[in-house]
Amino acid sequence: MNSLTELFQYSFFIKAMIAAVFASISCGIIGSYIVARRIVFISGGITHASFGGIGLAFFIGFEPLLGAVVFAILSALGIQFFTKVAKIREDSSIAIWWSLGMALGIMFVFLTPGYTPNLMSYLFGNILTVSNSELWWMFALVFLIILSFALFYKPILYIAFDEEFARTAGLRVPLFNYLTITLVALTVVLNIRVVGIILILSLLTLPQATANLFTSDFKKMIGLSTLFAFAGTFSGLIISWWIDIPSGASIIFTLVIIFGIFRLIKHFGQ
Amino acid sequence: MNPLIQINDLSAGYNKIPVIRHVNLKIFSNDFIGVIGPNGGGKTTLLKVISGLLQPLSGSIEFDDELSGKKSIGYLPQIKNIDKKFPITVFDVVRSGLMLNRGKENSANEKQKVTKILEESGIAGISKKAIGELSGGQMQRVFLCRALISNPKILLLDEPDTFVDNTFEGELYERLQSLNEKMAIILVSHDVSSISGHVKTIACMNGGLHYHPENQITQEQLDNYNCPIRLVTHAVRRKTTKNFGA
Repeated sequence: MNSLTELFQYSFFIKAMIAAVFASISCGIIGSYIVARRIVFISGGITHASFGGIGLAFFIGFEPLLGAVVFAILSALGIQFFTKVAKIREDSSIAIWWSLGMALGIMFVFLTPGYTPNLMSYLFGNILTVSNSELWWMFALVFLIILSFALFYKPILYIAFDEEFARTAGLRVPLFNYLTITLVALTVVLNIRVVGIILILSLLTLPQATANLFTSDFKKMIGLSTLFAFAGTFSGLIISWWIDIPSGASIIFTLVIIFGIFRLIKHFGQ
Repeated sequence: MNPLIQINDLSAGYNKIPVIRHVNLKIFSNDFIGVIGPNGGGKTTLLKVISGLLQPLSGSIEFDDELSGKKSIGYLPQIKNIDKKFPITVFDVVRSGLMLNRGKENSANEKQKVTKILEESGIAGISKKAIGELSGGQMQRVFLCRALISNPKILLLDEPDTFVDNTFEGELYERLQSLNEKMAIILVSHDVSSISGHVKTIACMNGGLHYHPENQITQEQLDNYNCPIRLVTHAVRRKTTKNFGA
């Protein structure tokens, strides 16, 4: 137990805890939106497309997260454009952007001279190596999401629930759709360092699945998802340190266990 | 008396392919029109054009100044298109009908209006329930509340009698007749026998629109209007419903 207390004296661990709080809030809010609106597959497409930006950044030599942000937003808007304007089936649009991003990422990494040491931390995450600047970006994201939902909670909820009705009421549906999909893209990318491209989707869906066991109210779902996301991230981090396994995988595994426990409790409690 | 809405030689559809062609219709403030027709005949397309969801391919639709654009139109969509797993409460669904008045209501006013309309509809007790926990009849009542909360001048209803039992259907038409004193109603149904006698006039929709200025229609008239649907008597319909239920 002493060593656990000591852990909180290390600055890298404190930073990891702060990152866990920020990730829980952003993924708690945006994940609830994604699950409620059934756009998990779109989020998967955006996540994987962002790998193209990471590869390009390695190849040219600039900040990989910046490359990921650009590719994530482009793919998010691209999927919307392909579906709504070019009238391509939504699942096909997602698959096109998903595979294009991954293909570009692999090509750029292959073409990059020498070894790319941080590549694995983008693919599988490493919350313990999160930098100060990344923490500031995560804080800015949390601020932006809370501000957007505080100002536009009702139109975001109503459009997500019944887009057609919202249009008959004269709401600016495309504008809000572009806003929310951009927030999804930013959430995906700026939380990549927590659990990685491969696993980020779980942080956006598992806490929500657990929350959904207890509530069908969107606002309460956001609150509960944030709590479950933090519980999973914190416990996963401790477990990863304790038995010395990768933090990203440990966090997601913990989130699955939390879901399983509450699902069983609910099943046998009824 | 000026019509609230005047539709002139209007064609509309999807991907530039017209579903309804050369439709002419005037809707007055005390109208209660039942729109019937086969699947794919353009009934829902007509409602979408009136509600502003779909732009005409040709022709025009004119709104009276009294309507102030589409802000005075209440719309009840087909509930089969609603995501019943969406995490939203009855209260929030009904409150979303106040989007039309956005910026003009504070939270206390909104709450008061939602509570009042839920009480008037006899469903105040389910305001905190999730939408997925409701029966078909309760869900129709909730969406009717949403359509009515902004005090529309025209109410558009897309197959409100599906997924509901005969008791609710009777209550619904009784309520609509009372609402018709304050607003025009356009009701789409695939079942001509259920709307006959409740609406004031009938419009047969099968690509084109044939207006029938009475509330009863015969099979011969339907055939003359090129409207390929079969009349089913109430007795047969009730028996069929019962058999399905069993």
